[in-house]
Amino acid sequence: MRKKALWTLGLVAVGLLLAACAPNAGQDTLKPVGDVAKQQKALFVPVFWVAVAVFVIVQGGILLIALRYRHRKGSDRMPKQTHGNTRLEIGWTIAPAVVLAVVTVPTISLLWDLARPPNDDALNITVEGYQWWWGFVYPDDDLVTDWDAPITIADTLVVPTGREIYLSLESKGGAAKDANGDPDFQVIHSFWVPELFGKQDVMPGQTNHILFSIDTPGTYTGQCAEFCGLQHALMKLEVVALAPADWEAWVANQKSEAPSPTDPLAQRGQDLFLNPLSNGSGSCTACHAVGAAPGAAAAPNLTHFADPTHTCFAGCNWPTTDREALARWLDNPDAAKLGAKMPDYGLEPDEIEAIMAYLYSLT
Amino acid sequence: MASLSVPASGRGSLRRPSALTGFWSWFTTVDHKKIGIMYGVAAFAFFIVGGLEALLIRAQLAQPDGTLLNADEYNQIFTMHGITMIFLFVMPMSAAFFNYMIPLMVGARDVAFPRLNAYSFWVFALGGLFLYSSFFLGGAPNGGWFGYAPNSTTDPSIGMTFYALGLLITGIASTAGAVNLAVTVVNMRAPGMTLFRMPPFVWMGLVVQFLLVFALPIITVALFQLLFDRRWDTAFFDPTRGGQPILWQHLFWLFGHPEVYILILPAFGIISEVLPVFSRKPLFGYQFVIFSGIAIGFIGFGVWAHHMFAAGLGPVANTAFGVSTAIIAIPTGVKIFNWMGTMHGGDIKFASPMLYSVGAVMMFVIGGLSGVTHAIVPSDYQQTDTYYIVAHLHYVIFGGAVFGIFSGLYYWWPKVYGRKLNETWGKVQFWILIIGFNLAFGPMHILGLQGMIRREYTYPETLGLTFWNQMSTVGAFLIATSVAMFLVNVARTQMKPRGEVVEDPWDARTLEWMTTSPPPVHNFDEIPTVHALDEFWHRKYVEDERSGRLVPAQAGAAGAGPGEGDADGHGGGHSIHLPSPSYWPLVSGLGLPIMAYGVLYSWWLIGAGALVVLIGFYGWAIEPSVAEE
Repeated sequence: MRKKALWTLGLVAVGLLLAACAPNAGQDTLKPVGDVAKQQKALFVPVFWVAVAVFVIVQGGILLIALRYRHRKGSDRMPKQTHGNTRLEIGWTIAPAVVLAVVTVPTISLLWDLARPPNDDALNITVEGYQWWWGFVYPDDDLVTDWDAPITIADTLVVPTGREIYLSLESKGGAAKDANGDPDFQVIHSFWVPELFGKQDVMPGQTNHILFSIDTPGTYTGQCAEFCGLQHALMKLEVVALAPADWEAWVANQKSEAPSPTDPLAQRGQDLFLNPLSNGSGSCTACHAVGAAPGAAAAPNLTHFADPTHTCFAGCNWPTTDREALARWLDNPDAAKLGAKMPDYGLEPDEIEAIMAYLYSLT
Repeated sequence: MASLSVPASGRGSLRRPSALTGFWSWFTTVDHKKIGIMYGVAAFAFFIVGGLEALLIRAQLAQPDGTLLNADEYNQIFTMHGITMIFLFVMPMSAAFFNYMIPLMVGARDVAFPRLNAYSFWVFALGGLFLYSSFFLGGAPNGGWFGYAPNSTTDPSIGMTFYALGLLITGIASTAGAVNLAVTVVNMRAPGMTLFRMPPFVWMGLVVQFLLVFALPIITVALFQLLFDRRWDTAFFDPTRGGQPILWQHLFWLFGHPEVYILILPAFGIISEVLPVFSRKPLFGYQFVIFSGIAIGFIGFGVWAHHMFAAGLGPVANTAFGVSTAIIAIPTGVKIFNWMGTMHGGDIKFASPMLYSVGAVMMFVIGGLSGVTHAIVPSDYQQTDTYYIVAHLHYVIFGGAVFGIFSGLYYWWPKVYGRKLNETWGKVQFWILIIGFNLAFGPMHILGLQGMIRREYTYPETLGLTFWNQMSTVGAFLIATSVAMFLVNVARTQMKPRGEVVEDPWDARTLEWMTTSPPPVHNFDEIPTVHALDEFWHRKYVEDERSGRLVPAQAGAAGAGPGEGDADGHGGGHSIHLPSPSYWPLVSGLGLPIMAYGVLYSWWLIGAGALVVLIGFYGWAIEPSVAEE
């Protein structure tokens, strides 16, 4: 009877575990794709099984002892008064020490390997953490745009497959202001894309690095892992890994500006975007830059907002293709994302429509 | 108040309180037992508040895109949950046990500095209320219990200023309490109680007090820097003006990791008392257990950077702290094996205290094993700041410390009140707690590995985290059910008419059971002379030399049980002089939150608070500890 109950329980447990493996889990450290994440999993799994073995021995031991030596009704047994056993105790001090020493060896080896300097042909990317979105700057000489600036994007990190990538992590902020006039601050973030690599903190005043590579084209999700204030939960990103040919095409497109809009609505949007707003509340270019036009770098660079690799916006909280979300965001950023560092400029619905048309023209 | 106090000493402008019973006596008491009870009640009240905050967190995360709380509210709630459980529940709850039990267990009449003891309590309680007043004064702390700068220094809400001030106040309480209890253990033991005849709970208490004394100054420095950065615009942590954010992390975790052992060692002490009593065997390898506790205390100061593996300290530091983290697992493992050795061959009675202690050992093992995986540095880059860590820390602090605390509550309740908590309720409560606990925190391991980060108020459906979050929420509400059952059990037990007093319900081993329950104000009519570890046990049973078996001691052999010494002329302790009640600890304590509000609002208020502190200390200094009769 008891055995049957145990079997049922076990089956239920296995069923629940399987149910947990949802198909779309895009941040699963146990389904690594990048080389670093694979190595990290390869280290975790054997240690996990060692821990399971210890777990079974210790918990099983406790349960066995508890059952075997439990007080039985009516018995008046006075147990033997053992005070200890030095040999045994030295033994169970040394045994865990040996186990730990064994798992420490591959730990230290991988730890140093991950901290190695990059190859000469590694692609350099500066990751910028803002409250609460990620910006990406490509400082390499061969990735300079027509207007002599490095390729600069936000929310999605685009990388080529099959090449070492060296990320330099920097905390930025101080120029944008939210609806209450509170600026974004340089705080600590942590850059993490679970299926590609473990996290590294983004420390103000210090540049940390991640060195990784990936062989499989695809889209991978990540997010800020160090609590960084109000909207820490909505500071996400996607990594778009492109095969070399697609990468070359992407770079070529990024180096030049998006074609000027021909649609009158989008033209009006461009006009609204690039000039101070008529209601006197400010201008988009106070924080955003688009191509060669004068603009600031306090908020995401929108040069190629509608490029298919720019899959999401505003801290990667909504898909770029979600028109309704974009409209709500432009209408009242604070309502869409509490505390967002984009002010509410009091745009009229027709202005929002025009600006959206302009943004969607930036392919 | 005056109506209850009888004129005693003519010194000073206020009449000295002398009432030992009644409502107001609680405000002036210097009796370690009353103070212990107050610590316990206050800590448990904060436990309930912190638990309600946990329920809000779990309700918010029960489904993707939860809307019960917004980002601002959630950040305040999770921050206050952590602060409350650590600084306002587990620490003062441990202080409650230490306060009540250490003097009794070492055979003393009170702690070394009774008025300082009252002061510690009031400062802690007022500090806790000060922290919670932030909810009504512009927003509670919202930067996490770990308060990482520069987010904590730049956040526009007033909350983190409350955090710095509140923790400074409770830090004063803990430091004063630690000095007091350490001196008590070192100086006030009964005749014959050598260090290695001290009960393991007292030993763990001593280690914890030393940890507090060495760790608290470190966070005090950090909190002052944080306070100055926030309030007076200094730039200790602001890199744009020559500061350095990593400084906070080093200071915080150099305190914060010993803090983990400050939280867990008291529970280890309780477990080391309970397992021998209910197995009817001495603690297996007493000295090994004690030395491993001391070793944990020492090594605990050398592992702090494992909280910072992803902070970019470089491979040298990460290697060193990875290794030290692995090393600290060894003395911890020793304790587990010794506890197993204690139970092995025993005659184990699974009364409530034993259930909670065995539960604590088993849950702590899980927390310890996941802790070892943190030492695998490259793999920790994946797990740090995820729910895997949330799972780990709750298996250690809830699974270890809170189960240990419940064990202690059930074990010593008859000592404190002369009656047992209901056993059936206790056992049912245990099973609900352990099921709820594992359902709440077990799935968090999986969630963390699936990529769920800590401290996020919402998660999208697409990450496939919904199911285990739902299970976790169900578990949290089971835990709440269990805690509610405990409260009902307490109410039922305390409201029952006082029946026959149970003097030694568990066949215990240590000195505190050699006096009446509850103990008289002076604890022991005659201080017992100690001949052995587990003195009380050895007065009840004699070890047969040849078989190693125990036989009941001959009546009158080495003295027997409670009430001993009644006939020795001390006449129920009437001629024993105990410290008299005093207002001054409460008065001096009151000055601190006033000063803290002053830091927030006005220099004048700082002055007023400082004046109250000075008046309190002055009155305290000129007041003799024992009132003239």
